[in-house]
Amino acid sequence: MLMNLFKFKGGVKPPTNKTQSLGLSIAQAPLPSKLVVPLHQSIGGTPRPVVQAGDKVLKGQLIGEADGWISAAVHAPTSGTVLEVAMHVQPHPSGLDAMCVVIEPDGKDEWIARQPVDYQALTPEQVREGLQQAGVVGLGGAVFPTHGKLTASKTVPMDELVINGAECEPFITCDDLLMRERAEEVVRGIGVFRDLLQPKKVLIGIEDNKPEAAAAMRAAVDALGEPFLVVQVPTLYPAGGAKQLIRVLTGKEVPASKRSTDLGVQCFNVATAYTAWRAIAHGEPVVSRLVTVTGNVGEPRNYEVLIGTPMGELLQLAQPQPDTDGIVMGGPMMGFLVPDAKVPVVKATNCLIAHSERLFPPKAPEMPCIRCGACAQACPHELQPFEMYWFSRAKNFGKTQEYHIFDCIECGCCSFVCPSRIPLVQYFRFAKSEIWARERDKNAAEGAKARFEFKQLRDEREKAEKAEKLAKAAAAQAAKKAAEAAAAAAAEASPTAPDSAAAATQVQASAATVEATATPAVDAEKEAKKAAIAAAMARAKAQREAVQPKNTEQLSAVQQREQAEIEARRQAAHLTDPAQAEPAAPASEKTD
Amino acid sequence: MFAPAPFLLKDASVSRVMTQVCLALVPGIAAYAWLVGPAILVQLVIASLAALLAEAAMLRVQGKPLGMFLADGSAVVTAWLIALTFPPLAPWWLVVTGTVFAIVIAKQLYGGLGQNPFNPAMVAFAVCIVAFPALMSQWPSVGLQLSLADQINVILGLAPRVDALAGATPLDAMKTALKLADGSVSVTQLLANQDIYGNFAGRGWEWVAAGYLLGGLWMWQRKLITWHVPTAFIGALVVVAGGLWLYNPAQFANPLFHLLSGGSMLGAFFIATDPVSGCTTPRGKLIFGAGAGLLAYIIRVFGGYPDGVAFAVLLMNLCAPVIDLLTQPPIFGMKDKA
Repeated sequence: MLMNLFKFKGGVKPPTNKTQSLGLSIAQAPLPSKLVVPLHQSIGGTPRPVVQAGDKVLKGQLIGEADGWISAAVHAPTSGTVLEVAMHVQPHPSGLDAMCVVIEPDGKDEWIARQPVDYQALTPEQVREGLQQAGVVGLGGAVFPTHGKLTASKTVPMDELVINGAECEPFITCDDLLMRERAEEVVRGIGVFRDLLQPKKVLIGIEDNKPEAAAAMRAAVDALGEPFLVVQVPTLYPAGGAKQLIRVLTGKEVPASKRSTDLGVQCFNVATAYTAWRAIAHGEPVVSRLVTVTGNVGEPRNYEVLIGTPMGELLQLAQPQPDTDGIVMGGPMMGFLVPDAKVPVVKATNCLIAHSERLFPPKAPEMPCIRCGACAQACPHELQPFEMYWFSRAKNFGKTQEYHIFDCIECGCCSFVCPSRIPLVQYFRFAKSEIWARERDKNAAEGAKARFEFKQLRDEREKAEKAEKLAKAAAAQAAKKAAEAAAAAAAEASPTAPDSAAAATQVQASAATVEATATPAVDAEKEAKKAAIAAAMARAKAQREAVQPKNTEQLSAVQQREQAEIEARRQAAHLTDPAQAEPAAPASEKTD
Repeated sequence: MFAPAPFLLKDASVSRVMTQVCLALVPGIAAYAWLVGPAILVQLVIASLAALLAEAAMLRVQGKPLGMFLADGSAVVTAWLIALTFPPLAPWWLVVTGTVFAIVIAKQLYGGLGQNPFNPAMVAFAVCIVAFPALMSQWPSVGLQLSLADQINVILGLAPRVDALAGATPLDAMKTALKLADGSVSVTQLLANQDIYGNFAGRGWEWVAAGYLLGGLWMWQRKLITWHVPTAFIGALVVVAGGLWLYNPAQFANPLFHLLSGGSMLGAFFIATDPVSGCTTPRGKLIFGAGAGLLAYIIRVFGGYPDGVAFAVLLMNLCAPVIDLLTQPPIFGMKDKA
């Protein structure tokens, strides 16, 4: 290949352990006893269930609809009856439950009416929506909804489309076999992505330990007359990380703070391209995927597995050895032990490894860090893991961010090489989740504070408005009474007034004369109202200051005098009880 | 069952690292024992025992697991470096004092493995040369023929410390002679003294230094150390020694003499490369190594101590955290942001 490849720093070479599962071709896993299909299987929102217990469903029928743009639909993996829509344990290290649709297969595996489409007759928006409706997500492990990645940047021209067939994690071979056996459909899927993104070049990166897959892909590319380049990249974990593969093929480095399209490049997994093509050309939504079943088993193999198949049932097909004590989902570098054999295969499940102590011996106890720097040399993102470890351990999360902890892709190279056997990645995950939690708490607290302040403001405004209204009403009343008094006087002066009017005014006239004689009393009342308004405003001001105490400890002489004056005024107006006012002050200081 | 990824691990451990460092010291030790006298082997044993006992006692006091930390080998590396930098016929209690001080004060009181800001072996050397300057300056002349039993007797204090022991290191001898002669004698004339000097530097010692160089290169090849510190150390030493030598070859020894004398090779490959107390970033390592090499030369040539490596390394240990802070390398994807 006449192409200049780039290198990324760091990386490790764990034993690949891939040959075990390459001996046999892809097999179709049989229908399991029941399927537990989680609704949330991709990055982003949780699809809304559209079926309920008792419904009959067909294979490929929508059971969960996308609840937003970054969300992808979920479909029934086979025909059968919905048993329940309920919480079930998830393939996640936390062992938490999430909403699942449980389906009992009827054994017929009967499809819905599948409608292939000619995507070239559709607008790009329609193609993207179609992929969302078909539940196409990144099958490399990140499960980001694919349609969300198929829009080029408006400002940066699309230079390269990188297709990831590197498959750098040890043990996993599902992409390898997919490329060997179904290269044509993969290449056609890549063609769809190319048409949507219009890149200048399409580069298919495959690690050089998979020559058969590379040959099959080259043959398919040639057969279809596509100008795609199939490039064999050096086998070095994590060459299959999107950012690392982009670096190796294009020389571009995508930092955590940017999207790859900002640099004119986008990356998809080969299996994603395959499912996209199945969805478009065959009308088949994503209801199954290839899973490598390997590790401590008698017959390691790749299976086409329905989403929702319980992992324990799938593992049985490969005849696990008796000393198997757990199931690892994913590879040995980034995978995790699933909390229960009942958890279902999901779209992110690329590999199951039967775990045993023979295969993965227990780790030696953790020793102190000796700052040897092996982790920094192994880090593909050129971070200083030992420094981040130090600050994560000290819970000095600000410092971990200064050392760019969010650029860590958790590939595990640092833990792999550490002579002190420190589970570095765990420390970084801890620090990241703590930072997220604190950020959330801070936002919540700020929201609460803003709401509280707004309520205070509103209360004050309402009080002031009420006082104003009362004052106005009183003034109007007084004016009215004055007018009436004047009218009465006039009526008395003119005996020609109509009887009815006279009758009406007579009653008030007596009162008016009483009031008319007491004009000073009315003025006093007005004064009292005015004082009440001024007091309300002073109270409002005082409350505002209590809410936002600023510089209450070091007051200038002028400020102290002002405050004393206000306090004196307030007490003169009997607005505050000095005994009450006192404890309020330290409380406001505490909130400082 | 809690076992986070990665499930596959490289076959690495602290004790393996330390064992390899000890192995790398073997060529130098072999040359030392062959050319200078087998007493060094006795000193290595004494220092190792003292270090392990001190370490065990301190671990016990702190309630830390003994087996795991005694097996990590770090105390033995410290002990060996102490034995190799002290005079070979130093009394046993001097070696023990230095070793115990290194382990208890310089290492365990700071928190043990990985926590010490200063290189423990160099702390021991500095403490002993300040407290016992005469004993620390008594180096036997290489021509001295003493049986192993006699050497052990001297170390254990069972035989009198005869005058023959009270030599100086070739480095010290050179400095003293130049100072006493006050310009009337040249370096070349001094180097002609075959009792003290060999082909390039101190007689016998030059081959010990070559042994350390060999072990150091092996450590580099095994990726236990990177090239940065030794290269910068040797480079700085050569530049400053070479510059002064070119300026006045009669009064300043040539760079090769300095490279193969005193603790240069041991310092460049085994002491300044200590990751715990040294710098960790590539640029930081270069600054650390160059600083140590430069200071070592200045102290050994213009200072009052027989060699400058220990003080040079300790001074650079002081600077290491700041150097690291200021030399953080740019990360993936952020290199164009200057």
